[in-house]
Amino acid sequence: MEVTINGATEHVAENATVADVLATYGHKATAVVVEHNGNIVPRETFASVRLTVGDRLEIVHFVGGG
Amino acid sequence: MQDSTLYAGLSRYFDVQQLEKLRQTSVGFAGAGGLGSNAALMLARCGLGHFLLVDDDLVEPSNLNRQQYWPRHVGQPKVYALADVLRELNPAVDVETRHQRLTRQNLPQTLTYCPLWVEALDNAEDKSLFVEQALVAGCKVASASGLAGLSGPVMSRRVVGNLVLVGDFISDVRTAPPLAPRVTQAAALLAEAILQMILADADTQRI
Repeated sequence: MEVTINGATEHVAENATVADVLATYGHKATAVVVEHNGNIVPRETFASVRLTVGDRLEIVHFVGGG
Repeated sequence: MQDSTLYAGLSRYFDVQQLEKLRQTSVGFAGAGGLGSNAALMLARCGLGHFLLVDDDLVEPSNLNRQQYWPRHVGQPKVYALADVLRELNPAVDVETRHQRLTRQNLPQTLTYCPLWVEALDNAEDKSLFVEQALVAGCKVASASGLAGLSGPVMSRRVVGNLVLVGDFISDVRTAPPLAPRVTQAAALLAEAILQMILADADTQRI
C-alpha cells in the first residue's frame, strides 16, 4: 500500500507498523522522532501503531553532537 | 526590571513591543555545551529575558574550542558558568540553573517550566527522547542534528509540527570532531529559530 514518508510516496506492506517502517529504512528506533498523521508517536508504541493507506509519516533521524 | 546597557542599545533594532515580548519570554536549554552555550548567548544578545539552563557537565579544557567558556570557568558546572556569562552581558536577565542530567523521570516535570526549548544535548538517543517528550508536552522545540567536522553539506532547517530541526542532518561527532565554525553555525540556526518563534507568536509569553 502507498503511504507518504517525509513527503515522498512510498510503498510499504499492508498492516505495516511504525517499527516495521523504521527497520525497512534502517533507522534506529532510539534515535528518531516519528510523527504519524500530525501526531507524535511515543517510541513505546512504535510496534503497535499500524499504518493505513494514505497515511503521512515524518521520520526525524538524529545524529550525535551538542 | 533592572536597567541594562544591552536593552538601551537593542532599542535601535527592535521596537517596544518586540523588546517587551523578548524580555517576557522564557526559554529552556537542554544542554549547555557547544549548541546550548552559543545559542543562549546569542539569544541573550537579542534581549531574551528568562533562561532555564539544564546540564550536568563541568567545563573542561576540551570545551574551550567551541563553547562560550573561558579558562577561568574550567572545573565549574557549565550552567553556573553560562549564567555568569549571560549576566555579565545583561545584568537584568533572569537565569535559572539546574545542575542535573535530564532523564526520562525528570523530563516531564522540567518541560512544564518553559513553552520554548532548545535541544542541545550530546547523543542521538538523548536528543530524540527529549524532542519526542517536548513535542508530546506541547512545547515548541528548536533542535540540531549534524554539526561535526570541518566540512559537510550546507546546513538547513526542517519543520515538523512544533519542531524546527537545524543542521546538516548527517555529520556525527562519533566520526568527526566538533569544531567551532560548524557547531556555532548550528547554534546560530537554533537561536534564529527561537527568535522567530518568539516574535511571530504572541502565545509564548511567560505567565
